[in-house]
Amino acid sequence: MKKLKIKKSMLSHLLPGLTSLTKRGLAGWLVIFGAILVIAVIVMTALSPWIAPHDPSALTVGPRLSPPSTQFPFGTDDLGRDMLSRVISGGGVMLQVAILSVIVCLIIGVPLGLFSSHTGGVIDRFISLIMDSVYAFPGFILAIAFTVVLGRGVINMALSIAVVYVPSYFRIIRSQVLSIKEMSYIEAANAAGARKRTVLLRYILPNVVPSIAVVATVNFADAILTAAGLTFIGMGVPVNIPDWGWDLTNGRNLLPSGAWWVITFPGLMIILLALGFTLMGEGLSELLSPKLEE
Amino acid sequence: MGNMTQSLMTVDTLTVEYWTRKGKIRAVDNLSFSLEKSETLGVVGESGSGKSTLGLSLIDLVPFPGRITRGKIVLNGKEILKLQKDELRNLRGKEICYVFQDPMTSLNPVKKIGDHFVELIRTHEPQVTKQQALERAKKLLRDVGIQPERVSDYPHQLSGGMRQRVMIALAIALNPAIVVADEPTTALDVIVQAKILDLLNALRDAYGMALILITHDLSIVLQRSDRIIVMYAGQMVECAPSTEIYLNPKHPYTQRLLKSIPNIELADQKLEAISGSPPDLLNLPKGCRFWPRCYYAFEKCRREAPPLIETGTEHFARCFLYEEGRKA
Repeated sequence: MKKLKIKKSMLSHLLPGLTSLTKRGLAGWLVIFGAILVIAVIVMTALSPWIAPHDPSALTVGPRLSPPSTQFPFGTDDLGRDMLSRVISGGGVMLQVAILSVIVCLIIGVPLGLFSSHTGGVIDRFISLIMDSVYAFPGFILAIAFTVVLGRGVINMALSIAVVYVPSYFRIIRSQVLSIKEMSYIEAANAAGARKRTVLLRYILPNVVPSIAVVATVNFADAILTAAGLTFIGMGVPVNIPDWGWDLTNGRNLLPSGAWWVITFPGLMIILLALGFTLMGEGLSELLSPKLEE
Repeated sequence: MGNMTQSLMTVDTLTVEYWTRKGKIRAVDNLSFSLEKSETLGVVGESGSGKSTLGLSLIDLVPFPGRITRGKIVLNGKEILKLQKDELRNLRGKEICYVFQDPMTSLNPVKKIGDHFVELIRTHEPQVTKQQALERAKKLLRDVGIQPERVSDYPHQLSGGMRQRVMIALAIALNPAIVVADEPTTALDVIVQAKILDLLNALRDAYGMALILITHDLSIVLQRSDRIIVMYAGQMVECAPSTEIYLNPKHPYTQRLLKSIPNIELADQKLEAISGSPPDLLNLPKGCRFWPRCYYAFEKCRREAPPLIETGTEHFARCFLYEEGRKA
């Protein structure tokens, strides 16, 4: 009987997915629901070449500015492009930007936070000062400034967003490391003769991972919104690539003429995707941040 | 004290200071003692008396902004404070091991119990394979009374008492010469407390190591240690074999500590608290550090700091009451 119990708990450790998530109350369901939203949007975007009824960039596949109908469920825009196809394929750039920026943030922010807080002293104060001054700047304005300098394109957008977000990773990791450093098991590791590197990589880092996961999901949501914003003001990708952000700009111009469908559907998609990531982040932070399993 | 040449470890005029913004705080002041092979040494003192700092300084691990400003620690002929970083790391965990106060946070929550052993053993003996290390872990767990299958559990699956047993198993894993247990039972309930302390002593006999038991509770070291050091405000105020401390305490502080322990043999014993609080280490009273709380304080106590005075065989007390030519 006892053995069985131990094995069962090991299983739930190996598969921390659905089985245990459903038993964790509202937070678990938030994560599941958010993940479903995000995965659905990613799958839809990935399969868009095959499932979109029309070429999203093809002009005049239907009449101009036709309202939603059975033939064009989401209507058409002022150039006669099918809005349904544009909604299905318009997330590609945004997702690429979001994923890239999160990767860049992870590569820069995590090691920097670990290094700075573990070293301490003047170096820590210097890096913190730089990070705090970036953090204090309004994120979107900073992202605009960086795209202006770097130019358009997916990678440049990702980099500009990364610059804005590295401080959040840095701050979270730094504060986490500062508190974990004081834990007895770190002291115990030192007293047992562990190397500095071992303590940092095998004792501190694994305990920071939950917080990193939470920041990363929140970062995803914000990156989506910032990417949409950058494209909306024309700093994003060229107009020939279907993108929700650009459709927002276009839709806003068409809204006075009563064509509500051009702006509504892409806008809803951005909200859904950002909502998915936000729900995941909220759920994860509730599940992970108080304490690991205790 | 003792026979200096044969001691396992000798500590000589050890002084540890915390260099804070407000000034230097001397947490351990000119402490000297020796530790014999397979001896249990109790270190007793209240919070802030420097007992934990003393323990950490034995492996040169005093936390910032603390530093060892003076003193010499010799273990098996090696001078610990003069070792290179690598040598010091080898010493930690292998020759001097630590059991910390709070078992709930002393194990890495993301690592299995077995992995703690594997990492410790392989840090110090790189030629050992993971499998061999795990086998040794199982044997060690059996020695401390935990089922060997628990190697694949995570720390949160164990109770506080079990975790402290794991910590002890980790401490004895490499057969150290000295185990320092810093308040190993403070976070545990009374029954588990007794079991853990008995386990420590049993292991001491089985493994032939010396044990330094740091605690604020005089009662738990009285019967379990050979010698006891009583610390007050960073200084050793009394040092004697534990029977001597129990039957014949010299320093007023020790006497009053004993009066505050419930004694089953005294039917209508009135427990006495020591009034007042320990002195601020930044602002020490002139003269003896204990005089503001001492019943026997007289003029000289307020003026001069008493030296350690030998009051009997292996019995030292820092009190003017035992000065030459004075009748206590």
